[in-house]
Amino acid sequence: MDIRYTPEQTAFRESVRQFLQTAVPATVRDKTHQCLPLSKEEKQQWQRSLYAQGWGAPSWSKEFGGTGWDAVERHIFEEECAAFGAPEQLPFGLKMVAPVIQKYGSKAQQDRFLPRILSGEDWWCQGYSEPGAGSDLASLKTAAVRDGDDYIVNGQKTWTTLAQYADWIFCLVRTNTEVRKQEGISFLLIDMKTPGITVRPIIMLDDGHEVNEVWFENVRVPAANLIGEENKGWTYAKFLLGHERTNIARVGRSKAALKHVKAAAARQIGNDGQPLLQDARFRDRLAQVELDLLALEITNLKLVSQEGSRHAPGPEASILKVKGSEIQQAITVLASQVAGPYAAARILPSDPLHDLSAAFPEDQEHMTAQYFNYRKTTIYGGSNEVQKGIICRMILGL
Amino acid sequence: MDFTFTEEQLALQDTLTRFVEKDYTFEQRRKNLAASHHFNEATWQAFAELGILALPFAEEDGGLNGTPLDTYLVMRSLARGLVLEPYISTVVLSGTFLQQHATVEQRSVLIPAIADGSARFAFAHYDVESRYEESRIQTRAVNHAGKWTLNGHKAMVIDAPVCNHWLITARTSGEQQDQNGLSVFLVKADHPGVTVKSYQLHDGHLAADLILDNVELQPEALIGAADTAYPAIMQALAATHAALAAEADGLMAALNDATLEYLKTRKQFGVAIGTFQAVQHRMADMAIAAEQATSMALLAAISQSADDPQERILKASGARVLLARLARQVGEEAVQLHGGMGVTDELVVAHYFKRVTVLNTQYGDADFHLKRYSDSLLTFNQGEQAHA
Repeated sequence: MDIRYTPEQTAFRESVRQFLQTAVPATVRDKTHQCLPLSKEEKQQWQRSLYAQGWGAPSWSKEFGGTGWDAVERHIFEEECAAFGAPEQLPFGLKMVAPVIQKYGSKAQQDRFLPRILSGEDWWCQGYSEPGAGSDLASLKTAAVRDGDDYIVNGQKTWTTLAQYADWIFCLVRTNTEVRKQEGISFLLIDMKTPGITVRPIIMLDDGHEVNEVWFENVRVPAANLIGEENKGWTYAKFLLGHERTNIARVGRSKAALKHVKAAAARQIGNDGQPLLQDARFRDRLAQVELDLLALEITNLKLVSQEGSRHAPGPEASILKVKGSEIQQAITVLASQVAGPYAAARILPSDPLHDLSAAFPEDQEHMTAQYFNYRKTTIYGGSNEVQKGIICRMILGL
Repeated sequence: MDFTFTEEQLALQDTLTRFVEKDYTFEQRRKNLAASHHFNEATWQAFAELGILALPFAEEDGGLNGTPLDTYLVMRSLARGLVLEPYISTVVLSGTFLQQHATVEQRSVLIPAIADGSARFAFAHYDVESRYEESRIQTRAVNHAGKWTLNGHKAMVIDAPVCNHWLITARTSGEQQDQNGLSVFLVKADHPGVTVKSYQLHDGHLAADLILDNVELQPEALIGAADTAYPAIMQALAATHAALAAEADGLMAALNDATLEYLKTRKQFGVAIGTFQAVQHRMADMAIAAEQATSMALLAAISQSADDPQERILKASGARVLLARLARQVGEEAVQLHGGMGVTDELVVAHYFKRVTVLNTQYGDADFHLKRYSDSLLTFNQGEQAHA
């Protein structure tokens, strides 16, 4: 056993650092560290910068224009991006639909869609959840009925992240209602400009507009956009879920976030006139989260090192999801608390209170909103209760 | 990056696991305890033959040059048997101290004696007033014409009644809380002037308070140099914390195995109770806790090879904090999920739970270690800022 990085891996880390120095604009870096939302243009620019560097798809094989990195290299890349304050790449195209197209798509579909995902030209969103199909995804009702060379799609998707910017949506649709619910689902790629699609914002508890409802009313989709075989969509969906779970622990982002909390607490004055970090009650709670994170980092490294060049983690990823999301939330609790009474203030850039930001420790204005926002982490990507069900079935045999 | 164990390490683990299954059964252990046998000479000799008494020591001192990871595997394996013999006291705590602080001559006698099973050591470090603070020692040793006279009250000396050698910390200079001025003396268990007040612990081990009343010692009883034992004591304790973390990790694995088995076999309402979601999610939480525990215990073990002594101490303390919380969680949940059977003396689960609980009080509780780790964030943070 040797949990150190090899000299090659350390050199790789250094090359990522060098790249980030020039590739990430200071404004983007500040926003990322402050947990402020990035604009569409800023997100796209990041993908373009990575693409220009040849790093557009860290999780793809070289065959499709990816980096061909193994799991440890991907982990190092994610960790350095997080530490530096680089944005996250959008997962919907790169990590979700692309692996499905690569594995189950036709050559024509691969040639058409993959290069545009890689370059950032196409923005994808995910049409999975419906109002009546959350954790019980297979009970989805959005219907696709074959009509000549097309499908006619009717129904509603929800929680569709960043659909307001999307060019394409990949959807699970019902193509057979006569069979067991998992066996009547198909996987369809839909152009968001198609007539009959309506996107309605859902405003979340932090006032942010991240997710949407997507309505389909007699939307005509070419049958050429069907992935694989009709009614085999559940198989592809499960395959996709496996890929969605890479970097699920989010250790790198949590390490960076915790470091920021620590630095902010060292600057912010506490009740006794000393820096907040010197308050043992606050510091003890911070220390406990740090220890949890330290252990998770080892668990994550162990799984990452075992994953090697395989691209889908096993059921152990559910452990990473549960613990990783709990830690992310715990960090936002601490981050919000740093601001003391000002933690209650809902600050927008145009707000007059913004000028009073001397009252805030630097960078901390948005942390209570982030606390609210991060309640999502134990819900999305398979709620933690669903993950515990997976742990029981797949690992414990219950 | 490699998280696998070597063939030799896996073989060691297998051997010890088999030994515990075959020769250290729960039934036999219960019989021994009922007959007030808290130590079994044959077991100790078997440990000597298996090589684990010599394992962590340097080859030139008569050891096998084992690594902290080897000790991790030993502790994790012995945990399942709830082994009562004084392995941590002798090999890890006293052994690490002797390796670090004893003279070459002392090591050449004492370490082979540990390795062949003839010498068992208990470490009498804390005073009754110390609680867990390592530097708060007022037991005194005074030198008259080369000979030492010790007076004081050593508290909760784990395994003292089953060991034939004691290492006793005494202050030879400085004030009660000074780190400088501590010395350690070797005292045979039958030495005159020592009153031994023995008692049982909830986990079946024996411990004692040692009352030292003008205990006279020869000059050679002093281990290593006078006044300077504190750093070696801290390193020995760090190794002990790593070993206790490994044991807690092993105990949690054993608790989870037993509980999972019970959930699959115990039927109520006509079905296995493991089919109930309220039960399943608690078991999932226990599995997650065990995964975190393994990672942290491994990290503590690995960090005992770090160059920086402070790093070894902090990672060890950090592990004790996290393991204390996780082991308590898993112990309490295992008892709960076993229902009424969980609170009887009959099932091994209750005994694992008692060991976990006792372990969490030894050589610093969670609050003590949390303070140490938490306070280190202040200096670490300054370092980071200076670095940036």
